[in-house]
Amino acid sequence: MRPALEDQDNPRIVLRAENLWKSYDEGTVAVLKGVDCEVFEGQTVALCGPSGCGKSTLLHLFGGLDMPDRGRVSVNAVAVNRHRNLLRLLRHEVGFVFQLHNLIPDLTLAENCLIPTVAAGIDRRIAKARLLELAERTGLSHRLNHRIQKLSGGERQRTAICRALMNRPKILLADEPTGSLDEQARNVVFNLLLDLVATEGATLLMATHDRNLAGRCDRLVEMHDGKIHEHAHAG
Amino acid sequence: MIFLKLIVTNLRRHGIRSLISVAGIAFSVAAMLTVVTILQGAIGMFSSILSSDSEMIVFERDVSDLFFSNVPAEAAGQISSWPAVERANPVLFGIVSSAGHPIITCFGVTPADARIQKAVWLQGDRRSFAQDAEDVVLGTRAAEFLSASLGSRVQIGHATFHVVGVLKTANGFEDGGVFMPLASAQSFFHKEGTSSVITVKLRNKDDAAAFKKMVSARYPNLIALEDAEFTRSYSQFRILKATAWAVGGCGLLLGGLGVANTMIMSVFARIREIAILRVNGFSHLQIGGVIFGESAVVSASGAIAGLLIGSCFLYVLKAIPALGGYVDPTIHPLLMLVVLLLALLTGIAGALYPAVYAMRIRAVEALRFE
Repeated sequence: MRPALEDQDNPRIVLRAENLWKSYDEGTVAVLKGVDCEVFEGQTVALCGPSGCGKSTLLHLFGGLDMPDRGRVSVNAVAVNRHRNLLRLLRHEVGFVFQLHNLIPDLTLAENCLIPTVAAGIDRRIAKARLLELAERTGLSHRLNHRIQKLSGGERQRTAICRALMNRPKILLADEPTGSLDEQARNVVFNLLLDLVATEGATLLMATHDRNLAGRCDRLVEMHDGKIHEHAHAG
Repeated sequence: MIFLKLIVTNLRRHGIRSLISVAGIAFSVAAMLTVVTILQGAIGMFSSILSSDSEMIVFERDVSDLFFSNVPAEAAGQISSWPAVERANPVLFGIVSSAGHPIITCFGVTPADARIQKAVWLQGDRRSFAQDAEDVVLGTRAAEFLSASLGSRVQIGHATFHVVGVLKTANGFEDGGVFMPLASAQSFFHKEGTSSVITVKLRNKDDAAAFKKMVSARYPNLIALEDAEFTRSYSQFRILKATAWAVGGCGLLLGGLGVANTMIMSVFARIREIAILRVNGFSHLQIGGVIFGESAVVSASGAIAGLLIGSCFLYVLKAIPALGGYVDPTIHPLLMLVVLLLALLTGIAGALYPAVYAMRIRAVEALRFE
């Protein structure tokens, strides 16, 4: 698979999968069957395909949350394997946004967003400044001290995006980030996501079922039956 | 701050369960504190009986219980004549029962004994002690539970005695005891010509080592120990101490199992949350820290509550008339520290498996967990 933007200023490959194989239940359920994929710096890439085709699995492998049975994954040209410092990957290089916001309900919005900074040992003042900056940009400044239960679905997902970007990762892995939202909230959250990714200079790899949203990304990659079958220019 | 909140949040979320765990540790700590303090107090009292105005104790070598020790009467006379010795008093211990009182401690002593000479005589005159073989002096508590006073006749064991005095000492055992003339006690307990121990006061404490050697040389069947040395090495005391710590330890073990149960439930209840922390960069150690922190809060709260409950319980015991003088509610700071440390260690041990389980949670699987 060749990148859509390959000929534009020689962009750097930030995510690369080479002949990836992954199965579950002791090999009886094969999910990825030889996936090859490259994502270039600054791209927004939509990963589309039916449920169970391996989109989430591919995201997890890129984020170091799981390991392939075969093949090679690399992030920023460094292989993701058990020998790699996976903590550094999760703390500084990639941020995750999930379909379910995965926020801790008993903590406030601010506390949830600060979790990655606590994990990475970032200075409290710097973390607070970053939080205020992101809250301002996501329109959540007035909700900082509110508990997650008090927030709407859209606000929760915006909070999850804030949290993912707290440590300024250059890669955002989003797994159906608007999948649990109504149409209005979906558009708000997706616009915000694209805007933040652009202003942060980050790369977005997003698994989605939503063809409309996928069409607004730089690239659209189709997955089917554990393989990448086609890719197309989008947007 | 957030780290602390992550710890406290889960405890608050399951408030009743957390409280039960805290209560488990608290009652374990209180039990350990109470048992150890009471036994240490008892040992202290018994030691103070032996060391009453003396610094050495001579008794039969290799006996496990002083009540079975036989020291020849002539030894006391000979030892008291040694130049290094200021005073040597033979004491015979015995235990008898009387109606409604299964255990009464009897002390067979000479009129010169410090117990007679230094006690506060509430009734009677110290000069009247040992004038007659049937005379006894009662400690205040013994006088109470035997309903006796000066001039009464009391049934003690198989004989009746005439009360010639009631005295007050600082020692619960002595206050609950009966003081007999040594010869009467020897006859009563069928130990003619012997005593249980000889308490010795030296002219110069530095002569203790030489005194011990002399006793060993002259009386191969006897041994002389300094009071502190005796308290440390006396097998009965060691058994009592070991029992106290074992009973307390069992209590703490039960408390620890409670903590372990709580922590396991806690980890299972927050598997998804732990996965969220992992995805956001928390290391195994940081995850373990949250779990251990949670257990440390439970243990520390339980330990503090246990110290308070234990102290209150000891004061209540002290206020019970039947136990008057036997219970010293003063908790030694070192004991407090040891109990607190043990409670914390128990909490940490209880959180070990849950913490390891939490550290091994695979984020990708746990995020699917409902």
